[in-house]
Amino acid sequence: MARNVTTGQKAFWTVCAWTVGIAIFFPIFWTVLTSFKTEAEAVRAPALFDFDWTLENYSTVFDRSPYARHFLNSVVIAVGSTIVALIIAVPAAWAMAFSPTKRTRGLLMWMLSTKMLPPVGVLIPIYLLFRDTGLLDTRTGLVIVMTLVNLPIVIWMLFTYFREIPGEILEAARMDGASLKSEILYVLTPMALPGIASTMLLNVILAWNEAFWTLTLTAANAAPLTAFIASYSSPEGLFYAKLSAASTMAIAPVLILGWFSQKQLVRGLTFGAVK
Amino acid sequence: MGSITLKGVTKRFDDVEVIPPLDLSIEDGEFVVFVGPSGCGKSTLLRLIAGLEDVSGGHIELDGRDVTELPPSKRGLAMVFQSYALYPHMTVRKNIGFPLKMAGLEQSAIDAKVEAAAKVLNLGDYIERRPGQLSGGQRQRVAIGRAIVREPSSFLFDEPLSNLDAALRGTMRLEISELHNTLKTTMVYVTHDQVEAMTMADKIVVLNKGNIEQVGSPLELYKNPVSLFVAGFIGSPAMNMVTGEPAARHGAHTIGVRPEHLRLSTEGGEWSGTVGVAEHLGSDTFLHVEVDGIGTMTARADGEFPARHGDRIGLTPDTARLHRFDAAGAAMTA
Repeated sequence: MARNVTTGQKAFWTVCAWTVGIAIFFPIFWTVLTSFKTEAEAVRAPALFDFDWTLENYSTVFDRSPYARHFLNSVVIAVGSTIVALIIAVPAAWAMAFSPTKRTRGLLMWMLSTKMLPPVGVLIPIYLLFRDTGLLDTRTGLVIVMTLVNLPIVIWMLFTYFREIPGEILEAARMDGASLKSEILYVLTPMALPGIASTMLLNVILAWNEAFWTLTLTAANAAPLTAFIASYSSPEGLFYAKLSAASTMAIAPVLILGWFSQKQLVRGLTFGAVK
Repeated sequence: MGSITLKGVTKRFDDVEVIPPLDLSIEDGEFVVFVGPSGCGKSTLLRLIAGLEDVSGGHIELDGRDVTELPPSKRGLAMVFQSYALYPHMTVRKNIGFPLKMAGLEQSAIDAKVEAAAKVLNLGDYIERRPGQLSGGQRQRVAIGRAIVREPSSFLFDEPLSNLDAALRGTMRLEISELHNTLKTTMVYVTHDQVEAMTMADKIVVLNKGNIEQVGSPLELYKNPVSLFVAGFIGSPAMNMVTGEPAARHGAHTIGVRPEHLRLSTEGGEWSGTVGVAEHLGSDTFLHVEVDGIGTMTARADGEFPARHGDRIGLTPDTARLHRFDAAGAAMTA
């Protein structure tokens, strides 16, 4: 039965939704705005748009720091870890979705439970391992860490997508003479492409934004944009305007990516919630 | 060559034995139908032959070759699924050509075979469409086309017409029968619809709880059912079953009489009853009669029979066509 929604109720919920949306967006908006202020105006909190707009923070940040190298590191780490995670996760999710055993559910739960572990709990052993194997401050080391950190989520998401694919279609492929490799390559992957794309996007965003491991395991060579931002909080104090400029330059690529792929992202995060 | 032999084949899911040791021979070129109620194991048996399920015991041979351990792709069989199982991201052309691509054929050879199959199945106008743009009947033809191009030793059909409406089901039934007459390839067909079984099969295998109740031609099963189960399952409307004193009078625990073997009379008969529902079809009349001391029975008369709801009627079974069953449900031969 349809519910009667009054104009007043509609207005109320609209205001609530906008309030929540603005509250979520406000820190990003303020950061970008602050990046165009001088340091004095950044701490003075002037009226919304009434200040002297300047690009000096951006030019200072560009001159002082190797933005391009940090950007490249972020790209390599985010994309690299996504590709490696997919190579591992696709067969894992296939096995769980199409050849489940009594232990499949338990295994999935166990994998997800590792996400509940505070990273700082394993910081020391990971650090020592990386030091002794020469992986500290290397892109390879960070790709490995990012892959392992996000692998449970990637497997879980792919498992959810694969379960939506009728098993009979894969059986038909087997009857048509497809080997396991052909089955995954020609049938499963094209059918699950929207889900795989959503999973890849989410993993890129998660890896791009990850700060704990990138700050702990890198120094100069492999530092991504998260370390780039942190370098602007110095012992002399916080240079808000420059910090905002550095932050804007760090988050802009992933914001743009998220904007253009928001439909896929939303679909990816909610797929399977409703039949 | 397309003979299929099952020797002592069993299937267990965990501790549940769904198919006890089963033996069955299917000759080359036969159209064999597995029929039975839901859960009787007919689809499981088909999937064991296909290799989509592993046997728990026994052997499966195709043309004398033991294929028990072989994967589905190596058995040389083709299967048509209930849900068609077409690849939604591929066009009709690519769907039909997929098995040929997996077999490593040259693209020109694939194109030629696909065109030929599409022509036979009247799919020429739809060859560049995707499954989502086709009707149910067209999708079913694509599924059949995909099976045909492989030139398999046997075709396996798993309730392929269940998702179609009644009219289309009738048409497709004829098409599949014609296909069998043309290709003369072994076909194993699973259905719960005994009308499909009776009209399409050279041989029917009636299954009940994983066991083979009877194997025989449609008419053999119709005229000489070996058990109560087969007698009640084959034939539409179902055979009338009578127990108690009326059955004992004929020397059996249970007697079965088909609706068309009951002689109807307004003058009385061995049994009397009141007409409940009268179905006048023109070519036949079906009367559902509440028979005194027995229960509801269905009788069939040729053409028009002037009976209406509430009329008293006499029924007399044709004793030559009576089926007698003992207390265990087995047919009594003498």
